[in-house]
Amino acid sequence: MVKEKQNIDKKLIPILEAVSDPEIPVLSIMDMGVVRSAIIVDELVKVEITPTYSGCPAMDVIGDDIKKALKEAGYNSEIDLILHPAWTTDWITPRGRKALEDYGIAAPLDAEADKDVLLNGKRIVKCTNCSSQNTRLVSQFGSTACKAQFQCDDCQEPFDYFKCLK
Amino acid sequence: MKNENLYNYILGIADNSLILGQRMGELCGHGPSLETDIACTNISLDLFGQVRSYFQYAGKIAGDGRTEDDIAMLRKEREYKNVLLVEQPNTNFAYSIGRQFLFDVYHLAFLEQLQKSTDLTLSAIANKCIKEVSYHERFSSDWVKRFGDGTEESKAKMQEAINDLWTYTDELFHQTEADKAMVAEGIGVDVTKLKEAYYKNVGELLEESTLEIPESKWFQKGGKNGVHTEHLGYLLSDLQYMQRAYPNMEW
Repeated sequence: MVKEKQNIDKKLIPILEAVSDPEIPVLSIMDMGVVRSAIIVDELVKVEITPTYSGCPAMDVIGDDIKKALKEAGYNSEIDLILHPAWTTDWITPRGRKALEDYGIAAPLDAEADKDVLLNGKRIVKCTNCSSQNTRLVSQFGSTACKAQFQCDDCQEPFDYFKCLK
Repeated sequence: MKNENLYNYILGIADNSLILGQRMGELCGHGPSLETDIACTNISLDLFGQVRSYFQYAGKIAGDGRTEDDIAMLRKEREYKNVLLVEQPNTNFAYSIGRQFLFDVYHLAFLEQLQKSTDLTLSAIANKCIKEVSYHERFSSDWVKRFGDGTEESKAKMQEAINDLWTYTDELFHQTEADKAMVAEGIGVDVTKLKEAYYKNVGELLEESTLEIPESKWFQKGGKNGVHTEHLGYLLSDLQYMQRAYPNMEW
């Protein structure tokens, strides 16, 4: 039942890597860690994806985009949404974290640091514009379910922080 | 229906999230500031997402082709099983926050237990939802503190909201027939066991917020059995409008 590890057919990896997150276009769904398995069974690709947040409106689009990409590569596919094990920000790859930072979204810290930041106002989230740690939480909820709003008190840049989810 | 108790049990959980999600969604574009507006609608979105997981599962159990949308949109008022608390209106922002806070503390404790359900789908949903709900609880309890320990006016408004909503809290811990059957099977959560810790936790936060813990021992009930306050009908007429006016319409 528990599938902590991904199970993805090597042939499919380049195709899936080309599919991006519709809300964070610089991030591939593979780097996001939402594809949990993709296997070929009798010429049909069976893909399992897991949502970042229950209400994430991107999931339907991601499913459609995967189908389209696989179709273009000559595969028919079937997409299943699985909830267990629940997605965590640990599944974002190092390349994914870098893409987030480059895009202007601070990558998630670990769970303990997250608590410090969100509850005690500790200043450890780095500004994506000037790298200063003199930043503060504006709101725990941001432009999408997965992000919080921050502002840098040095360069004044407002930016998103990708909330740690474990 | 073969699994009627399980079906009703899932609806009992999901309807709370659906109706509360609709109430928070009403604040879209009407929040007191941009950040709180976004926070309230984020909470609404989380709750609707959770509802989808529950209703998709309920639809499978019903096994007669009914979809998540049918379950959400096409029932009559008396068929909704949410507690009275979540249908109370957004009288002012203190009421919205008070309602959210009084529900969040319960919701967190409930999901913690539901994770242990022998029903693997329910435990997976609970495991997913609890991470989101812990953010909701942080948000609502932060605002209770800010209002309670804020200005004279914010304190008075927060206290009034808590006093008014208090009468709907006891119902959270009432068991329905479906509840009892599901607890016996190891699927459901025994809500009666959550009561003591709930009032302790809520009481502690109210004290920290320099608010009074209401003394009233008179509690209203009925929502879990479909007997609602007058507010639900108006809410449903909004929620169901599109499906009633244009049956089977799809997004």
